[in-house]
Amino acid sequence: MLAELGQLCMIIALGLALVQGLAGGAGRGRAAGMLALARPAAGAQLLFALIAFVLLAHAFITHDYSLRYVATNSNLLLPLFYRIAAVWGGHEGSLLLWALLGAAWGAALAWRSGGLPPALLARALGVLGLVNAGFLLFMILTSNPFARLAVPAADGSDLNPLLQDPGLVFHPPLLYAGYVGFAVAFACSVAALIEGRTDHAWLRALRPWAASAWVFLTLGITLGSWWAYNELGWGGWWFWDPVENASFMPWLAGTALLHCLAVAARRGLFLSWCVLLSILAFALSLLGTFLVRSGVLSSVHAFASDPGRGLFILLLLALATGSALALYAWRAPALLAAGKNFAANSRETYLLLNSVLLTAAVFAVLLGTLYPLALEVFTAERISVGPPYFELSMLVLVLPATLAAGLALLTGWGRDQATRVLRAAWAPLLGSVVVGAVLPMMLFGRWDLGAAAGTALATWLLVTAAGSWLRQRRSGGSVSTQAGMALAHLGVAIFIIGLSYIEAYGVSRDVSLQPGETVTVAEHDFVLREVTADAGPNYQALRAYIDIQGPNGRSFELRPEKRFYYSQESPLTEAAIDITPFRDLYISLGSEIDGGGWSARIQLKPFVRWLWTGAVLMALGGVLAAWAATRPRRRTQAKS
Amino acid sequence: MTRARRRRLLAVLALLAGTAAAAGLLLQAFRSNLTFFYTPAQVEAGEAPPDRLIRIGGLVAENSVKQQGLLTSFAITDTAATLPVEYEGVLPDLFREGQGVVARGRMAAGVFRASEVLAKHDENYMPPEAAAALEAGRTLQLP
Repeated sequence: MLAELGQLCMIIALGLALVQGLAGGAGRGRAAGMLALARPAAGAQLLFALIAFVLLAHAFITHDYSLRYVATNSNLLLPLFYRIAAVWGGHEGSLLLWALLGAAWGAALAWRSGGLPPALLARALGVLGLVNAGFLLFMILTSNPFARLAVPAADGSDLNPLLQDPGLVFHPPLLYAGYVGFAVAFACSVAALIEGRTDHAWLRALRPWAASAWVFLTLGITLGSWWAYNELGWGGWWFWDPVENASFMPWLAGTALLHCLAVAARRGLFLSWCVLLSILAFALSLLGTFLVRSGVLSSVHAFASDPGRGLFILLLLALATGSALALYAWRAPALLAAGKNFAANSRETYLLLNSVLLTAAVFAVLLGTLYPLALEVFTAERISVGPPYFELSMLVLVLPATLAAGLALLTGWGRDQATRVLRAAWAPLLGSVVVGAVLPMMLFGRWDLGAAAGTALATWLLVTAAGSWLRQRRSGGSVSTQAGMALAHLGVAIFIIGLSYIEAYGVSRDVSLQPGETVTVAEHDFVLREVTADAGPNYQALRAYIDIQGPNGRSFELRPEKRFYYSQESPLTEAAIDITPFRDLYISLGSEIDGGGWSARIQLKPFVRWLWTGAVLMALGGVLAAWAATRPRRRTQAKS
Repeated sequence: MTRARRRRLLAVLALLAGTAAAAGLLLQAFRSNLTFFYTPAQVEAGEAPPDRLIRIGGLVAENSVKQQGLLTSFAITDTAATLPVEYEGVLPDLFREGQGVVARGRMAAGVFRASEVLAKHDENYMPPEAAAALEAGRTLQLP
């Protein structure tokens, strides 16, 4: 009964989303009336989506295995915490989560529009309503989470054990909040295109939305990477897997958008580029959803045999992106007219360079992600694109962008003298190179070009961001925007340190551990003491006790496991990690070797924690920037 | 041409050259990082280039797995042909006889030396390449 109620709630939410969509047709004269309609519709849509979501959660909590979705994603032994997480552990539930978050963003825009003119707000709400309606319709037609089984199951088949991890409980909600958040920027941009104006109020309203979506996406990706590192058991933190790329592409586009918006807000430039990047960011979010949700990745042929789901998202993607781009082609000239000039040697140039490079990076990743799919569809040939391609493209495109970031902060707006910039830049540049040459040598005692370059780049970012922040503080400018920027750049610097040190100084060795014998890897001595059997709530485990003696005389113990979940046939590797701020020691148990002992992979990961610390700092910087953008400016207009 | 204009022209040319170099480098990297997939039958028929990094897939043949310390030798079959494989290191959790796997590596003296062995993390789920190899193997066996 409750399940049918849930289904009814979804249908009502769909109706409300369509009503909200009507507001998109609001002309200037009818905006107030349309808003009076769209605002409550957005609020009510959130309410009904929430009820549907709570009802599905209730079905999981009370073990209602008459629902197909519950029966395939939960079982009687699953702990309560993971039963709630299982609500979004599969396809149908994650779509319901998407619809709920979409409704939440819509309601937030309706009630805290940040001074958008009524006509723009009404149109933006309308566009958002149509996007939400598309997803609700998709769910109701192809992926109903409340579908009943003909014969209720006695027990469920369990949530994939890999998903039973706190990191993955919060990863999808954050990621989706980011994806759907870009729908708000998209809706605002399309509204501006329909209205044919992108004024200061529009920009000020757009910034906090774009920044918050970017923050959620950053945290979502970070959590996903952290989960993969902890839970997949083999110490990798990024695999250039299509699913990961699907979240990375909108992130890159969002990053470009944020930097563009900074120029637009300050100088009134790049307005149409901001509009285009908003469209791109959301189109990539939709593309990501298509890749992950259509099944096209696991097999093109599986997709072809059950095309309903994939085709629907593809249609939604084509409709949203196609109409937005057509509108752009028609209206953008009107936006361009407002553009001002700037000199070649100016902060604008470097920020433009940054967004062009980031956009190029988007397309490099897109090529590597879609090419294998396209080739398989058209020639039936199967290929995979290796990580070195992605790594090189990031190096070639993001490295200059990072250099430009520092230069931008040393260069003034509008027009600057090359000699002045050189005078300001040579000291930090030289300092960065020296730090890069010396610091990794001091820390690790071994020269490595990548580590030196990474350190130099990180120092360069840090010094220029801190300098800009201090100058701004002294002159009493909008401190929190600058603080947000400085914090985010500090985050990038810390991330680069982690990345380059892992690449340069990381150690990974597969060893065979015999009980009582000492194996030495990366200056640590490892002795396997014993392997014992143990039981958890829904699994049995083989646990190895390994005594470790570190280079500085510190001795400790790690206990990697092999877990056998009752509901699964195969074991799962549960790695054991010794964490310090400057390195992780990571042991994953392999298999029992014929004739005694165990195989194991031992890895030393220097500065690996810095990756996620850096990413979280970037997100915090984004929070500061979003918050600053909602406050009234102390200096209303910049000097031009 | 004035000095300022010549300078600007040089800057634009430098930018273009840089962009072209970057694009060329990327496309080159893209091409050299494509790893092609072959079935054991294709390898046996000599279709796979020797000494190049490739991927093969199929089932781990029954009674083929032998361990010697960290060195594991086994065979991958698509039911039409069977290929001996050697791998040194820790194998994935799902690796066992009868399981679908994909291995990345090179052919050397009739043995496939794998640098990586993948088995998907869901026992109901066959790596798509392995499934395709089996499908191809079955069609080959038809008279």
